[in-house]
Amino acid sequence: MSAVSKDNTIVNEKIVENATCTFCGCCCDDITLTVDMDKKVVTKAKDACVLGKSWFLNHVIEDKPIARIAGKEVPLDDAIDEAAKILIEAKFPILYGMSDTICEAQRQCAPIMDDCLGTIDTTTSVCHGPSGMAFQGVGEPSMTLGEVKNRADFVMYWGGNPAEAHPRHFARYAVTPEGMFTPNGKDDRTVVICDVRHTKTAGVADIFLQVKPGKDFELLWMLRAACKGVEIPDNCKEICGIDKETVTDLFEKMKNCTYGVIFFGMGLTMSRGRHFNSGALMALATDLNEFTHFVAKPARGHGNVTGADNVVAWQTGYPFGVNFSRGHPRFNPGEFTTVDTLTRGEADAALIIASDPVANFPKPAIDHITSEKCKLISIDTKNTPTSEAAHVSIQTSTYGINTGGTVYRMDDVPISLRPAFDSPFPSDLEVLTKLRKKVNKLAKKLNRPYATKKYI
Amino acid sequence: MSNEIRIINGIVFDPTNDIEGKVAEICIRDGKIVSEVSKSAKVINAKGMAIMPGGVDIHCHITGPKVNLARKLMPEDHRLDPHFKTPNTQSGSGGIVPSTFATGYRYATLGYTTAMEAAVPPLTARHALEEMYDTPIIDNGFYVLLGNNLFLQSLIAEGRYEEFKEAVAWWLNATKAYTVKLVNPGGDEPWKGHKNLNVKDIDEDSKATDIAPRKVIDAFIDALHELGTPHPPHIHCNNLGHSGNFDTTLETMKTAGDRRLHIAHIQFNSYGGELGKSPKSASKEITDYVNDHENITCDVGQVMFGKAMFMTADAPLTYLLRGYKPQKWVNADTECESGCGILPFDYQGMIYTHAIQWAIGLEIFLLSKDPWRIVLSTDHPNGGSFMNYPMVIKLLMDYEFRKEAMKHLNQKAMNSTILGELKREYTLNEICIITRAGPAKCLGLKNKGHLGVGADADITIYDMLEDKEEMFNAPRYVIKAGMLLIENHEFVSDYTDKKVLRVAPEFDKDIEKVIKPFFDDFYSVSFRNYPIQDDYLHGHGVVIDSVKKNSIHEN
Repeated sequence: MSAVSKDNTIVNEKIVENATCTFCGCCCDDITLTVDMDKKVVTKAKDACVLGKSWFLNHVIEDKPIARIAGKEVPLDDAIDEAAKILIEAKFPILYGMSDTICEAQRQCAPIMDDCLGTIDTTTSVCHGPSGMAFQGVGEPSMTLGEVKNRADFVMYWGGNPAEAHPRHFARYAVTPEGMFTPNGKDDRTVVICDVRHTKTAGVADIFLQVKPGKDFELLWMLRAACKGVEIPDNCKEICGIDKETVTDLFEKMKNCTYGVIFFGMGLTMSRGRHFNSGALMALATDLNEFTHFVAKPARGHGNVTGADNVVAWQTGYPFGVNFSRGHPRFNPGEFTTVDTLTRGEADAALIIASDPVANFPKPAIDHITSEKCKLISIDTKNTPTSEAAHVSIQTSTYGINTGGTVYRMDDVPISLRPAFDSPFPSDLEVLTKLRKKVNKLAKKLNRPYATKKYI
Repeated sequence: MSNEIRIINGIVFDPTNDIEGKVAEICIRDGKIVSEVSKSAKVINAKGMAIMPGGVDIHCHITGPKVNLARKLMPEDHRLDPHFKTPNTQSGSGGIVPSTFATGYRYATLGYTTAMEAAVPPLTARHALEEMYDTPIIDNGFYVLLGNNLFLQSLIAEGRYEEFKEAVAWWLNATKAYTVKLVNPGGDEPWKGHKNLNVKDIDEDSKATDIAPRKVIDAFIDALHELGTPHPPHIHCNNLGHSGNFDTTLETMKTAGDRRLHIAHIQFNSYGGELGKSPKSASKEITDYVNDHENITCDVGQVMFGKAMFMTADAPLTYLLRGYKPQKWVNADTECESGCGILPFDYQGMIYTHAIQWAIGLEIFLLSKDPWRIVLSTDHPNGGSFMNYPMVIKLLMDYEFRKEAMKHLNQKAMNSTILGELKREYTLNEICIITRAGPAKCLGLKNKGHLGVGADADITIYDMLEDKEEMFNAPRYVIKAGMLLIENHEFVSDYTDKKVLRVAPEFDKDIEKVIKPFFDDFYSVSFRNYPIQDDYLHGHGVVIDSVKKNSIHEN
């Protein structure tokens, strides 16, 4: 399709309707993109939030080599061969990342590590990993986001700042939309925010609870006790920073709503108590089902981190932190999670996909991953400190803008992407499929004696 | 030629073609059974072995969102049962809900080559298809949950049957499903919207939609009858699991009249006694009706002692059961469409209710007269793992073994059943019917469940052993689509070219104009992004044609 631009030149323009923004876990699939096909840029992203606009509009095809080994440009196949050789020869290879790519690519990852007898881990281990562990302990009453839109008359956010991290969460799913049984939008809902500080999110709250830092568990446990008929203690304010009347009133509102929901963020999972905090919250939501219908859901960050959890779980039985060195999957967060395998200096090869540990991890982990002892392989869409430090570095195209595929929204709903324009870079799927085949071939040649005995 | 196989000297069981235990030769070429192959074909000498078609599981829960939630829920269970890597196969985790790879391999090691996932919400059907692609060897299909779909219910309530039928066809196409699954129709709305209530009577109007479950059931039976889907609605009846529910089950079957209907895991729907009290067996009332009505097919949903996992779209039931033993529980509401509950469970022989459930299942098997219309299932993992199938077969084939087993169970329960008096023993031919030929017929799969010329070359070869559990536990050879996968009990190759079975009834495209406004208002995904593209079948989709009939015995 052609259109006339402001300076009266003809532009080769394309409109992509119902495109999905993969910047955050909201995965809004109602974006209309206007694409300048000559310049290969998105010029408009209608209905996207500020983060989404920045995601789409700033995406340019960079002039960079597809593959490099030790900084030198090489053909892609050479880089894949080198990566496969490193991984199969390593004693303790690890694979990490995966949250910013499509499920089809993620599906290649566990089989690669299965063949290398390595360890697979996703960025979940540094964000909602504790929620995954809490889930294993207490389960979770949950829902898809449309149920919140249609039914929820009590909406709470705990330890998260969606106004800045998931800007359309309020308008599209949880606070203002007019649903089947909530025809008046926000007027039909009680919105409660619980956080240690007054964030931008707190602005939408009917009730804002400023909990003492590190005292979320205590507040959650008081509410759980209240479900069992125990009165909120008089020294409530002393314990968690919120007075007794407010907490009692909150509990009454929770109990008496028709459909209640709590979204929780990393303020809960990454502060003191971690999976105990998430577990307490999920258990509270479970307890409240004695009175009414109540659900809870972690508000996940990256575009497809939920997909990474799902894929690794269906292939191995566990969501993250999985090791294959005994010829079958074993799960042990703390032992097989990436920060730990790096900090202890165990990993001697690391395949990092669509994430940037060199910029984000604790220093001892960065020191190891960038050292001689650990051969670093990076597959990423942009130049990052990790891709720059990598021995083998492969540049791929961006999901949701250049390549299609599946992502899982934070509520486990799978959505297909509608890419805007082609990229000269290969997709993650193409690179990982080739790598999987290569690794499999090398593994078959090695003919390792796989374990046949149970070590349990 | 390398893709030809000749199986000689084996004892063939092929009930569809009236072959019962006759020594015959089976020839395979290009994934199909043929009448003759060249002399260079690979020869398998099956002397003294039983040759059967590959097993067909008509009802199990092995892929999709709820299955994956249950997987994530049970690390302690996976840890005890690792599935090891071999040079030809991938590793995985076992337990009551195995990982996808392990699921495919384990079905194959029982001689099963087809398994149908019994409940997938449309909104998350992509997930089910993606998992199927990662489940090796076995052909799959799934039943899509439409029984609590608010839009479809509103069409029924308004009497817009023509549009309803078109919309059902649209949904079957949009999700790439095999048939419609109804689970506790009408029960979701009271659960989600009315503080965890449930619908109790098949003729009761649900508060939210003013429509009784019977009307929903009737409308779906009618629509699928009209559309001529190869398998009728697959129904999980209202009041499942409750004492005294056999009335509801009978009423549900009566609603069908002489149109076809499949009752899922009928054991869970065959309880006498009073609501809220211990169940009694109503297997006789149920089997009498099924025996007399050729339009009804069912699978048993046998309960087996040991670990199980409740995993059902019947969310209120799961929550109710959690009340008996509070432990980790998952609820998953899907907007406008479905609910779901997940709860780990243990069936124990010393507990009256569990023992009577076990007995009722076996009674249903033994009292039913037409093995073609009763299918072996454990409603995996609700009644126990599919890995229990060989044990179920032994219980059916061996009266003495059954008597012995009964001695170790709750005696009050055993004394209240007629199981001890049922001396019937299933024959190998009957086992072949209830595990492969029958379910294939119930599903309308003309190329599966038999060994006639033209059939898919999905073949299992068992050593003929006295102990039937041992026999069915480890086939010596398994052939899938003409490819030898298991030889002398070991995997000799992996197989990923499995198929996804589905239906594609025709519909009027204008129905989208009726459906779309509802989507725009009440769904959280765009209407355009909802139907599943062909890509998700990865080139493995197989459309099974429509045929209108009132019984699986009609030709």
